[in-house]
Amino acid sequence: MADFETPKFREYPVVPQIKEGEMAGDGPFVSRAEFDTDLGYPGELPEDWKEKTLDKMGDLLGRYRSLQVFMDSCIKCGACTDKCHYFIGTNDPKNMPVSRQDLMRKVYRRYFTFAGKYFPKLVGAVDLTEDVLDEWYNYYHQCSECRRCSVFCPMGIDTAEVTMAAREILANVGKAQKYSNQIIQKVYKIGNNLGLPGPALEGILEDLEEEVEEDTGVPVKYNMDKEGCDALLMTPSADFFAEPHIDGLIGYGKVLHELGITWTVSSEASEAANFGLFIGSYDNIQRVSMRIREAAIKLKVKRIIFGECGHAWRVAYSFLNTLAGPFDFLDQNYPIPQHILEVTYGALQEGKLRMNKEENDHLTMTFHDSCNIARASRMGDYPGGQFDIPRAVIQAACNNFVDMDSDTIKDATFCCGGGGGLLTDDLMELRIKGALPRMEALKQVTEESGVTNIAAICAICKSQFTKTLPYYGFEMDAIMSVHQLVSEAIVMTGSEQEKDLDGTDEEEAES
Amino acid sequence: MSAFYALLFTVAFLVLIIGLTKKIIQYSRVPAPLKIPVTPAPLTKGGVAIRLAKETILFTALFRSNKWTWLFGWLFHVSLFVVLLNHLRFFIKDVPLPLVLLQNVGEYAAFTMFIGLAGLLIRRIFVARVKYISSPSDYLWLILLMVIGFSGIVMRFISHTDIVAVKEFSLGLLAFDWQALPTDFPLMVHLFLVAVLMILLPFSKLLHIPGLFFAPTRNQVDNPREERHIAPWAAELDAEKNKAQPK
Ligand code: HEM
Ligand code: SF4
Ligand code: SF4
Repeated sequence: MADFETPKFREYPVVPQIKEGEMAGDGPFVSRAEFDTDLGYPGELPEDWKEKTLDKMGDLLGRYRSLQVFMDSCIKCGACTDKCHYFIGTNDPKNMPVSRQDLMRKVYRRYFTFAGKYFPKLVGAVDLTEDVLDEWYNYYHQCSECRRCSVFCPMGIDTAEVTMAAREILANVGKAQKYSNQIIQKVYKIGNNLGLPGPALEGILEDLEEEVEEDTGVPVKYNMDKEGCDALLMTPSADFFAEPHIDGLIGYGKVLHELGITWTVSSEASEAANFGLFIGSYDNIQRVSMRIREAAIKLKVKRIIFGECGHAWRVAYSFLNTLAGPFDFLDQNYPIPQHILEVTYGALQEGKLRMNKEENDHLTMTFHDSCNIARASRMGDYPGGQFDIPRAVIQAACNNFVDMDSDTIKDATFCCGGGGGLLTDDLMELRIKGALPRMEALKQVTEESGVTNIAAICAICKSQFTKTLPYYGFEMDAIMSVHQLVSEAIVMTGSEQEKDLDGTDEEEAES
Repeated sequence: MSAFYALLFTVAFLVLIIGLTKKIIQYSRVPAPLKIPVTPAPLTKGGVAIRLAKETILFTALFRSNKWTWLFGWLFHVSLFVVLLNHLRFFIKDVPLPLVLLQNVGEYAAFTMFIGLAGLLIRRIFVARVKYISSPSDYLWLILLMVIGFSGIVMRFISHTDIVAVKEFSLGLLAFDWQALPTDFPLMVHLFLVAVLMILLPFSKLLHIPGLFFAPTRNQVDNPREERHIAPWAAELDAEKNKAQPK
């Protein structure tokens, strides 16, 4: 494995000791000019970087109320200090949310407040130097923008907002992160994060159709660029090939087929993810979002449905209407956009889907709430629907379900450790260490309640789990998609499964 | 001496009001371009009012977060609130009955306030994580408030001050008719530090008072699918883009 130690499970979750400098370093790979310029950034440190940094900071303070208020209102109460999974996993005090904010707040105070201009020592203000920028780069790339800290902050301070602003400022002085910028550039050039070209995608979808028909005897369609379908499916590109993501995609197809909803993906907008969010760039979030609008118009669909992806759902639910609306050309009888879980859950409520839960009897499931869905969006028509709907769908597909410790689920969920643009190999140490609290909670339910598998509804979580689970002594394939469970249990009309079930009943009746 | 204090308080009052107003205007002018309430969030404005009221009165998030900090922090703030109410009698000629009644309980609020502050100070000094995030001003605020509280307790229970004269002084301040102030030491300290607090408040972390209400994470309604939410600068950006590439 790698040259760091996987953290040990703690006896019981005691508050960690602080170890200064534990995660000091250079941070992830810095982007190259070729990726940056497409996104509107200079790609190198300009000579007047200091003015540029302060200008950009002033600019953002004037654009984002969140940033302006949060810079002032922290009371240093310390309530957030033990809430971040990266602090818990690394013990580095600069990973305490308030210290992370302070990296910027110290500069804010020095240049933008009376107290910091005249009494810097008293209020802990510091001069802006290149070292300060380097420290920003390192520690603002140790935050997954998960918002857990904001739930516990009496002032509602969301460190994710500060992190996004910091990354935007850094990018403007040539210190953007390679991983995120390269991916956004691929989205612009090719259409998705992975750089899968249209023909490759089409081949994959054709294979899926064959596979599903072989399994079930039902000709479920996985269309690409087909005009005039009911719905445009926006799903993270990992769903097209990664495990267990693709099993989820198979599941969406089966559900939509059974409900008679025709759908297609778009080769030009073959990616639900929006890394513009991670780098804090309004411009880029909008540019990535506009592809969805354009695809929906071009393919003449009536609905937009999103697959299982955490931050994509945040951007879709919370921002899409604002950034790329109004969607007056879509059918207004459905939520715009709608989550695939809302579709499945609604159909289950109406008794439109037949499920054979016994297919999943060998599993005891638990559920990992993804941060962006739990704390930055909603499903259904009441607050907290984002917690109940996935659980209800899992329980409709599987008889055995156990929740993890209540301090680690729902709006107190711990990040998987790989969100916010950190799902890159050059941050592996951070990713493994940051997974500690989630792994501990999982360990507890495996020991106490015999949980075998954990389901998630986020492409990043799923990829991150396949990496972290082995480090902590679990099986890599313990992570599943929620619609993978649905896919196993669903009994489509006219399928082999239906014949088996109904046939078996008759045989039993005869004997 | 009296003139100095009268002047000090007039200045302090102006700085406090102008400083806070400027900050509030600044906060309300800066747009909040995207919907970012921390969910689950209320679906209506009424729901948001309840959410904010609970945070302000009960410190709900802090309660979930850390019971000790909540205990001391809440004790301090509630006591401070009672103490402030009690001080109203210096500024109202005929004290209304509720305030008179409150005085009986209010006497002890100074002690609970002191206990709360002491608890917070101890936490700040002895909990390594909190110590790590503290700068000198964080300790000084607590000490400042403790000295204000302590000097108040001294006047109330040990070396009494001529309250009638103090009331004449404060009423005089309001009427711009400066009166003589008793000059005993605890009162001098008490009033001087209160003025310092008023002057520094708009430049300090005590901006958490308006800040709490302006946090978009707490004060936004969760309805982004139903309503678009476009900040003025974002609308300008949109207009520019549409001009650049007409559809
Ligand atoms: C709307 C009214 C207010 C609310 C909702 C509020 C809320 C809070 C909360 C939640 C904390 C953090 C917990 C703690 O450490 O106690 C805090 C800290 C603090 N507040 Fe307030 N506050 C309010 C008004 C005031 C006022 C009027 C003052 C003083 C003049 C004040 C002074 C402080 C101080 C000094 C701290 C820091 C305590 C420490 O250092 O640990 N607050 N406030
Ligand atoms: S947003 Fe999440 S990762 Fe970032 S500081 Fe807060 S708890 Fe940590
Ligand atoms: S909980 Fe909020 S107010 Fe308290 S120290 Fe952390 S960021 Fe500051």
